[in-house]
Amino acid sequence: MNTAPFTAQPVASPHAHGGNSVTRTMFRVQLALVPATLYGFWLFGWPAFFLWLLTILACLGFEALSLKCMGSGRIKATLHDGSALLTGWLLAMTLPPWAPWWVAVVGGFIAIVIGKQVFGGIGQNVFNPAMVARVALLVSFPVPLTQWVTPLPMTHLAAPDFVDGLRIFLGSLPQPDAIASASLLGFTKTEMSRGIDLIHSLGGEHAPALSWIGARSGSFGESASLLVLAGGVYLLLCRIITWHAPAAVLAGLAIPSAIGHAVDPAHYLSVETHLLSGAAVLGAFFIATDYVTSPNTGAGQIVFGLGIGLLTWVIRTFGGYPEGMAFAILLMNALTPVIDRFAKPRILGRDRKGKALDVPQTKGA
Amino acid sequence: MGFMNLFKHFLSDGWGVHPDDHKRPAADAPVRIMPVPTKLYLPLQQHLGGPARPVVLVGQKVKKGEIIAEAQGMVSAPIHAPTSGTIVAVTEVTAPHPSGLTLPAIILESDGADEWCELRGCNDPFALEPAEIGKRVAAAGVVGLGGAAFPSAVKLIGASRAQVTTLVINGGECEPYLSCDDRLMRDAAAGIVDGIRIMLHATGAQIALVGIEDNKPEAIATMAAATADFPQVQVRPVPARYPMGSEKQLIQVLTGIEVPADGRPADIGVVVHNVGTALAVRVAVREGKPLISRLVTVNGACASAPGNIEVRVGTLAEEVIAYAGGLKGEGLGLARRVMGGPMMGMQIPHWRVPVVKGTSGILALDAGEVAEQEPNPCIRCGSCVKACPMGLLPLEMSARIRSEAFDEAIDLGLKDCIACGCCAYVCPSRIPLVQYFVHAKGELAAQDRAKLRTEATKKLAQQRQERLEREAREKAEAAARRKAEREAAAKATAATAETQGASA
Repeated sequence: MNTAPFTAQPVASPHAHGGNSVTRTMFRVQLALVPATLYGFWLFGWPAFFLWLLTILACLGFEALSLKCMGSGRIKATLHDGSALLTGWLLAMTLPPWAPWWVAVVGGFIAIVIGKQVFGGIGQNVFNPAMVARVALLVSFPVPLTQWVTPLPMTHLAAPDFVDGLRIFLGSLPQPDAIASASLLGFTKTEMSRGIDLIHSLGGEHAPALSWIGARSGSFGESASLLVLAGGVYLLLCRIITWHAPAAVLAGLAIPSAIGHAVDPAHYLSVETHLLSGAAVLGAFFIATDYVTSPNTGAGQIVFGLGIGLLTWVIRTFGGYPEGMAFAILLMNALTPVIDRFAKPRILGRDRKGKALDVPQTKGA
Repeated sequence: MGFMNLFKHFLSDGWGVHPDDHKRPAADAPVRIMPVPTKLYLPLQQHLGGPARPVVLVGQKVKKGEIIAEAQGMVSAPIHAPTSGTIVAVTEVTAPHPSGLTLPAIILESDGADEWCELRGCNDPFALEPAEIGKRVAAAGVVGLGGAAFPSAVKLIGASRAQVTTLVINGGECEPYLSCDDRLMRDAAAGIVDGIRIMLHATGAQIALVGIEDNKPEAIATMAAATADFPQVQVRPVPARYPMGSEKQLIQVLTGIEVPADGRPADIGVVVHNVGTALAVRVAVREGKPLISRLVTVNGACASAPGNIEVRVGTLAEEVIAYAGGLKGEGLGLARRVMGGPMMGMQIPHWRVPVVKGTSGILALDAGEVAEQEPNPCIRCGSCVKACPMGLLPLEMSARIRSEAFDEAIDLGLKDCIACGCCAYVCPSRIPLVQYFVHAKGELAAQDRAKLRTEATKKLAQQRQERLEREAREKAEAAARRKAEREAAAKATAATAETQGASA
């Protein structure tokens, strides 16, 4: 590849710039994650904080290491763009809050090295790095990745203090059994497999509660749907993302679940349960809108989002795993180039196929 | 249908960008008329098309308005002396082009008298034949003053032939910083409207739509007042959005018709002219005066006194800036010199570059305005896709061009790109997208030329081969013929000898 003409002093117009930058964009997304993250810390205590911190540090470290191995001269500039930090942050949000330290490190390695740098670094990866790591961890280490805890706010007496939190995180202190819990999706899946239908399992006293504010067991950052949603709305308002993908994801999940629940409430979870469980909102606003791995046009993003929503519902309802968001996103990531090929904008003066519009012949020549 | 429209509205976020316009205070400052400088530098190519051919000799004295270079070819424009004086040289000067290359030019030394040659005006242009108006506009060297500098007469005559119905007058001036059209509309609305009516007469169009961006309320008001008596000329405010002043976009907004990709506006019954051009047409037809001066906006953070200045064509940018009040701090903070607007204008290497007919602005930009930064990799955010007014995929095109897959870039619409710069303006990675497209277009043109050359060489070689073969064949045939003749002759001799022997 000949880059010589482009590295020279640019002489072509424009001689002005709108001021947007990758760093600024990534910073805004991180800002949008802050409320849900802080709430997660409060909800799940010190172990969750250590997990979050180490996942981000691991991502930054592996990013720097990969760049160094490749002999890149732009290590600092690349770390400065904030993308590795964001990947780590998003990955941490999807992990069980009390996952041990090595989950964070292995996750960071998979996300950055295998999910991103192997493809050629920022902008080149086919799959969302955080989702690659999350799925690889889930498939490889199913036990620590499905150990949920009941929320135990930091102010609670039984909550681990700083030292205990660190020890739980480092694995030297076993998790107290009393606070182990199941997520709602996992619980219903297990009960269904035991032949207990939804009406009975959810009616039982052990059924995990579901609440908008996230006071329930689940991943560290995604249980507080309302706060994640607020972050998403902030991103919409400052035009970092458009409405297409999130709306399509939620619609793709809501429509089949509404139909299913209406037909047979004993076997199909309600719309509310689907939307508030697992990674639905986080996935819709923060993962499906990942620039690199989603289609370029609004129409393409709608197809992409509907696919994610529908696949999530299918996996949750009929698949072996209780949660399917990450799998659905990876599947649709793979389809993105195809969607991009078909969902192109129409060029002015041309029809959808790229043929020039006809010159009207009505006037006398 | 209502639902579909709503759906469509949501689907398309709207093309273009909304840059800070930086038009004021320059737009509100009264026009200053710059005195004639001692020397004028007049490039022979100030327009699209063939360069003009000099018709004066060095040392020759010319009057103001006298033709000094004539049009050459179908698309060209003549050049006139902007003042009276002496031709001192026909040589090369630095042209308004980022390469800093030189162009042949005539250098005229002013005699200070500024004395007009004999002018042939016309009191009632509406009595003239449309073709005659075209001829007079051509003779006056009027070109599009919006920036592209396409010879106006060619457009007028073409429009008249194509029987256009609508004349679109471009008062958009969507480029940030520039306000010369705005100033012209505020100060000379009556003249512009007169020019528009002459153009209507020349083209045969029934209606003229004057598109003015709504960030120029004063211009809209004065133009609306000036058109009050002429129902065929209508002022249409359009939303301020870059590139509203681009031909295809303005036509679509004003008439709702799209120009076919391989067609011209005349194909759909529309012709577009700039407001400044309308005034120049009026002056050319009514007063017989050629295009020898224009309004130029001097602006940018480094300009001490931004404003609009009436400048003779051929004046060096250096002198215009000096007249306008110079640069702040002796030009210490200057980061880039630009001729034209910041979005599509060109960077010039130094200030000793002359103002030409198409120069709308001279900008002295500081580092903050240029906001130059090293490019980062593309993150596929799609901002460029949303901004592109042509509906292209700049990110995909630039990726193809990086890997030199020019054919794929063409399939993606490279040739539809109008180089407006919206994509590069919004790009968070600061990728110089326009640079890629310009590079690819240049590369393709070079390839086309190389192809033509190879074909020509091949043809010549083939002809030579054929000729050699033909000559060899002819030689062989001639040899064979001679041999046959010789043999026949020998046979004949032998036969004669035999008969003679027999008879003997």
